Amino acid sequence: MEKRVVFRSRWLPYALVAPQLLVTLVFFVWPAVQALYQSLLIQDAFGAKTQFVWFDNFKDLFSDSHYLASFQVTAVFSVLVAGIGLAAALMLAVFADRVIRGAKLYKTLLILPYAVASAVAAVLWVFLLNPTLGILTHVMRSLGYDWNYLLNPRQALALIVITAVWKQISYNFLFFLAGLQSIPKSLIEAAAIDGAGPARRFWTIAFPLLSPTTFFLLVVNIVYAFFDTFAIVDAATSGGPVQATSILVFKVYQDGVQALDLGGSAAQSVVLMAIVISLTVVQFRFVERRVQY
Amino acid sequence: MANRIRRFICIASALALAGMATAAQAVTEIQWWHSMTGALSDKVNEIANKFNASQSEYKVVPVYKGQYDESMTAAIAAYRGGNPPQILQVFEVGTATMMAAKGAIKPVYQLMAEEHQPFDPKAFLGAVSSYFSDTSGHLLSMPFNSSTQVLYINDDAFKKAGLDPANPPKTWPDLEKDAEKLKASGAACAFTTGWQSWVQLESFSAWHNVPFASLQNGFGGLGTRLEFNGPVQVRHIKNLGDWAKKGLFTYKGRKDEPLAAFTSGECAMITTSSGSYANIKANAKFAWRVATLPYYADVKGAPQNTIIGGATLWVMKQKNPDMYKGIAKFFTFLSSPEIQVDWHESTGYVPITLAAYDLAKKQGFYQKNPGTDIAIKELTNKPPTANSRGLRLGNFVQIRNIIDEELESVWSGQKTAKQALDSAVKRGNEQLVRFQKANE
Amino acid sequence: MVERRPVGTLISHLILIAGVAIVALPLYVGFVGSTLSFDQVTTVPMQMTPGTHLLENYAAVLSHGSKLASGAPVGVMMWNSLVMALAIAIGKIAISMLSAFAIVYFRFPLRKTVFWMIFLTLMLPVEVRIFPTYKVVAELGLVDTYAGLTLPLIASATATFLFRQFFLTIPEELAEAARIDGAGPMRFFVDILLPLSRTSMAALFVIMFIYGWNQYLWPLLITTREDMYTVVIGIKRMVAGGDTLVEWQLVLATAMLALLPPAAVILVMQRWFVKGLVETEK
Repeated sequence: MEKRVVFRSRWLPYALVAPQLLVTLVFFVWPAVQALYQSLLIQDAFGAKTQFVWFDNFKDLFSDSHYLASFQVTAVFSVLVAGIGLAAALMLAVFADRVIRGAKLYKTLLILPYAVASAVAAVLWVFLLNPTLGILTHVMRSLGYDWNYLLNPRQALALIVITAVWKQISYNFLFFLAGLQSIPKSLIEAAAIDGAGPARRFWTIAFPLLSPTTFFLLVVNIVYAFFDTFAIVDAATSGGPVQATSILVFKVYQDGVQALDLGGSAAQSVVLMAIVISLTVVQFRFVERRVQY
Repeated sequence: MANRIRRFICIASALALAGMATAAQAVTEIQWWHSMTGALSDKVNEIANKFNASQSEYKVVPVYKGQYDESMTAAIAAYRGGNPPQILQVFEVGTATMMAAKGAIKPVYQLMAEEHQPFDPKAFLGAVSSYFSDTSGHLLSMPFNSSTQVLYINDDAFKKAGLDPANPPKTWPDLEKDAEKLKASGAACAFTTGWQSWVQLESFSAWHNVPFASLQNGFGGLGTRLEFNGPVQVRHIKNLGDWAKKGLFTYKGRKDEPLAAFTSGECAMITTSSGSYANIKANAKFAWRVATLPYYADVKGAPQNTIIGGATLWVMKQKNPDMYKGIAKFFTFLSSPEIQVDWHESTGYVPITLAAYDLAKKQGFYQKNPGTDIAIKELTNKPPTANSRGLRLGNFVQIRNIIDEELESVWSGQKTAKQALDSAVKRGNEQLVRFQKANE
Repeated sequence: MVERRPVGTLISHLILIAGVAIVALPLYVGFVGSTLSFDQVTTVPMQMTPGTHLLENYAAVLSHGSKLASGAPVGVMMWNSLVMALAIAIGKIAISMLSAFAIVYFRFPLRKTVFWMIFLTLMLPVEVRIFPTYKVVAELGLVDTYAGLTLPLIASATATFLFRQFFLTIPEELAEAARIDGAGPMRFFVDILLPLSRTSMAALFVIMFIYGWNQYLWPLLITTREDMYTVVIGIKRMVAGGDTLVEWQLVLATAMLALLPPAAVILVMQRWFVKGLVETEK
């Protein structure tokens, strides 16, 4: 996809990209190269003693069963966040698309979580589900269900999934709603005349037509679950109990920033970089293709 | 170029500062990064203000930089960026890392000698100074806030259960019996613990005179390996696991979170930091008291002595040697008995110098506040052995995380005590190997 | 015409109300908590109607924060957050738009390289390069400055990409006409592209303002003085206060204050935000 009409200037395009390029080179490329190099080193926290160890850090990582377990946690976590998040948002969008009265109010209220910082979202949910004080904990206890995410790995995972889904629901909802509203009314009407009920109409017409949106959101949500949920884990569970909520990006932070194992943490970062880049390429390819339609 | 910019910014900010300062003369600013919150942080500011008022050359500026691990990371990042603070408060867990960073720190004993400030390591409590000294007995950092583990009990809950609060549980089996009665009397939570790794394994090992790690708990060198999966520790963790199953022990979190469950009256007993005294005093709406940490009477040598926690002040290496003089003066001021005794009495941390301890005794502080001397009595119970001087482990932050994870798997019944401790030792040792590699 | 069954509509409303209730619950309970006293907020179960300590709590955090935590005033933090969010949002839009303009409307050597470099490198999560980035910023003497707080976050792959996508959808005739009229590229940019991009800019402003406002790890590292803290850090600080209890009523009051500006931005700009977001990212 290229523009046919182009302007000509020897210097102007460079001047235009210069600010962006400068910031990128100074604050992104250069530090990233250093991070790559760091992943081949074993170094003490202060950078006083450095050894070049080739790929030892990576070998250590992949022989560490807990690192591999962290992959599994991350996979389960992102599948849950993306799955529940998309399903809930889609359901809300479908019904919001049907109602006329109050639609605006529903929409406005559903957008609000987008404004909340991850760390703040975690604080709010922890307050609701705090094992001692939480109001929801109290409700569950009085129903005979013992809620204590400090000890129960599944409940801890549930806590961060709920928080992450909650925070992302606005975004998913808006896209689904827009997707639904762009479906030609004539299609739906034709199906209705053929006697298809609302459920059938949804599954045979709306859902297939939404698939590009769904795929786009799937990638976005997985990227979100992989990387943007760090503050949630940090503020809500700190990776515990046991390793139930120790997702990859949190482990990078924990090992690098808290525990100062720079080489090991850099190696984990490189693994993550590879994941982001491949996800990005997938997404980009997909978006490019769609634009050409 | 970078230097030029930096110089320019220095000049600019110096000008700005000069403009703001009431005194027009240049005052050398000493940044003190700390992790003290609440009343403690007020106290830190008070100490700095008193020092600043006592002389006019230096100005100590305390900066709260987040929790211990956060402020340490920030300081290391600042050091690597060529811009370290002058004084950094580091928790005991970070001791090995700071000690290994020879090029980045200025050992306190050297600093005080070079600046001709009076400084006698023997003036400090043995249990405190031994934790932070090198193998030849030189104190490397300035002791500041030290605490140890004690048992707090809720008198009202004890009475309700038909127990005598004046006779708190002395041993762990006693504690189990009391917990049963408390539970029978309707207590929602009989017993909990703060800082599980520190209380139930690290200090527990010292208190029972069994090793936590080889080579004198790491004091003997970087080749140290963990050994806390011995029979004494396994027995204790197994007991706690069984109590958790029976509802006698309720797990409330890894760090300080359990304290709120005690002050709210939910939990009747808690083992946690003696530094929580002020907090409980301010918030508990029931009668309570401090008791000695329980032990197993049948373990030979128990009780030995507990080990400390808390933090010390490290001096970061400075480009401008003028700074050192100010820091040394500040440390002399800080370790004076008056400052120390005030710090001790208002915070609940143990007095770190013998002079301060004596002064507190003379003032009758311990009679007026029963229980406040239990911590120091535990620390000085017996002369420290190789198992009870303290711990010096690299990558200790990760090791604590590992221990926390494994203990949680015991409390939730996923692993037996033996399995969990074996696994914690194995995983922790991998961390020690990495630290050794990085620092040898 | 598609049938309208009252029962179906009723069910729709019920499901939506349930959904909205779940979504709004944490915000409501958080708000109620911020109006109570310490004793009320730590009573189990907490009351579900607002209390009488609203002004007291908010005034307390605005002037001196939680005494049990760092005690830094939230008012100053709010200001820092605002400066940071505005600088990031405006800066990002400006530089991304310029570079997207260059990439779409010019052919120059290294064009593809520049595009991919911007695109891929900017995707790197901040944790990956935090130490080296800090080092660069420190060497430039930018620690504890707004520049240090914002510059490293100002480059944006998303914004560049979105503007590129948007420019690609603009009819070629417009540029053609401009060229025939003898208008230079900057003239075209200012007179035609800028007005056409208003919706995208508004949407991006909302997204980037929120992104900037909600930053956590970077401000934590780059600010060494309490008067440079942002409000999100302030909250985390209050919850995780070492040897002290959490003053939930003040934490929640701060949380409410922290989400007020981004929520206001979203609500006020809702129409453009929704339109721009969905249109540009499609």
